[in-house]
Amino acid sequence: MFEERKAVTAVESSTQVVLGGTRGGPDVSTLRQDRWWLQPVITVSILTSFVIYATWAAFQGVNYFVGATGVHELISPFYSPCLSTSCVEGSNSFGFAFNVGSLSPALIILIFPLGFRMTCYYYRRSYYRAFWWSPPACAVADAHTNYSGETRFPLVIQNAHRYFFYFGVAFNVLLTYDAIRSFHVIGGGWGVSVGSLVLTLNATLLWLYSLSCHACRHICGGQVRSFSQHPIRHKLWKLATPLNAKHMNFAWASLFVVALTDVYVRLVSSGAIRDLVFF
Amino acid sequence: MSDVTMRIWRGDSTGGQFENYTLEQNEGEVVLDVIHRIQATEAPDLACRWNCKAGKCGSCAAEINGKPRLMCMTRMSEMPEGPVTVTPMKTFPIIRDLVTDVSFNYAQAEKVPALLPPPMPEGGYRMFQEDVERSQEFRKCIECFMCQDVCHVIRDHEDNKQHYAGPRFFIRYAELEMHPLDTNDRRDLIREDMGLGYCNITKCCTEVCPEHIKITDNAIIPLKERVVDAHYDPVAWLGRKIRRKTKVSAQDAAVQPAP
Repeated sequence: MFEERKAVTAVESSTQVVLGGTRGGPDVSTLRQDRWWLQPVITVSILTSFVIYATWAAFQGVNYFVGATGVHELISPFYSPCLSTSCVEGSNSFGFAFNVGSLSPALIILIFPLGFRMTCYYYRRSYYRAFWWSPPACAVADAHTNYSGETRFPLVIQNAHRYFFYFGVAFNVLLTYDAIRSFHVIGGGWGVSVGSLVLTLNATLLWLYSLSCHACRHICGGQVRSFSQHPIRHKLWKLATPLNAKHMNFAWASLFVVALTDVYVRLVSSGAIRDLVFF
Repeated sequence: MSDVTMRIWRGDSTGGQFENYTLEQNEGEVVLDVIHRIQATEAPDLACRWNCKAGKCGSCAAEINGKPRLMCMTRMSEMPEGPVTVTPMKTFPIIRDLVTDVSFNYAQAEKVPALLPPPMPEGGYRMFQEDVERSQEFRKCIECFMCQDVCHVIRDHEDNKQHYAGPRFFIRYAELEMHPLDTNDRRDLIREDMGLGYCNITKCCTEVCPEHIKITDNAIIPLKERVVDAHYDPVAWLGRKIRRKTKVSAQDAAVQPAP
């Protein structure tokens, strides 16, 4: 109804603001007495552990697929979709592949889930605080003398989050396909194993993480000015909003489970354990 | 009850220091009660702002044990063992003791372009409940300016005050941008002059808000996404171009005389 809008500039302010006035309180980085440093320490520990493990797993290039040697087909989420000509037989569901020489198949695709998490609003909060100390905690001084936020390169790239979200959704479709395929028993029929449940849990949590994303909420309906004129988008927005409130929980849970899934598939594939089959 | 030691910043623009006041702690007191008792007994010249004592005026915002809080809503029984430190809000220039000059915020408020509705249609404007509800949360703001105080963009970088509105005003911009009757487009203004890109969404504003407004999730991030719509999303840009062209073509066709 009122779609046409005109760009406006700031109204002239008559209030005089003195910059550089003397501030009250002592010149110390913080007066907080609680354990404000604990949260950054936990975040650094978990994210660093994940990055080290994911890097190691991505460069391995082996033990990422359980095929004919097992009862159910299982593929690690770090290697799905497997699009390299060097992929293990049966792991490529696409029918086409890229020749990347001896490069691990995981390295072709990991930029997309990595980019989704790196540009995620929740993870940004976490790593700006924990790694960059900008600031390390609320009311604790920023560790940097100059600050330009996300206005310049490279951090202006954070604005591409919605594109990584689109790729994330495409990956979720593929991982859901992998999860469904894991219920198929090699040789015919359907059944359930620990591996198929782990892949299903992984796909579910990744869907919840993606659908609770702030960009998703905006695309669903947040971008409209009037909910009353867009009732379907309003309904979608109302579905996305309670999920969005749990985005942090889904971010951590999906991170843990994606690593756990890779560990499980790796152990089964290498023969260290057998995939426990329920029926 | 036991005694409590209050460590209060005393000073003005020429300098200051902590002064300790030890007094008996009474049951059910908040920090502002204790400050008032100090004024009444030991330091009648201790300056602090207060008004409603009910967490609704935002006047008594200060930093208690290093965190921005309303003095009237902070119970003494919540405080850990040891002296309780009370300092003025750090981001704004001090006037005296616990009183700061918050005129930066009034200047930012003046800069916000007001709501501009379209010409009144026949029968008047109509607002629907779902549109009213959307911005209701933002109207809970009591302007205590603790979100401005805790925001590291201006707390730790004084020079950014020249080009950064701060969380309190991003709420206001979000409220206007989500208003169905507004015809102003503030996205360029928010990006270029109000410094939305400086916010790195560390959510401290949300953490300290006494009204529990989800400042980051419901105002700042939606504004960032709207700026992405306008400036960083080539698909959205292409869509706007096509829609505009289609609209212009339809208008042209409408004014063409029939053959």
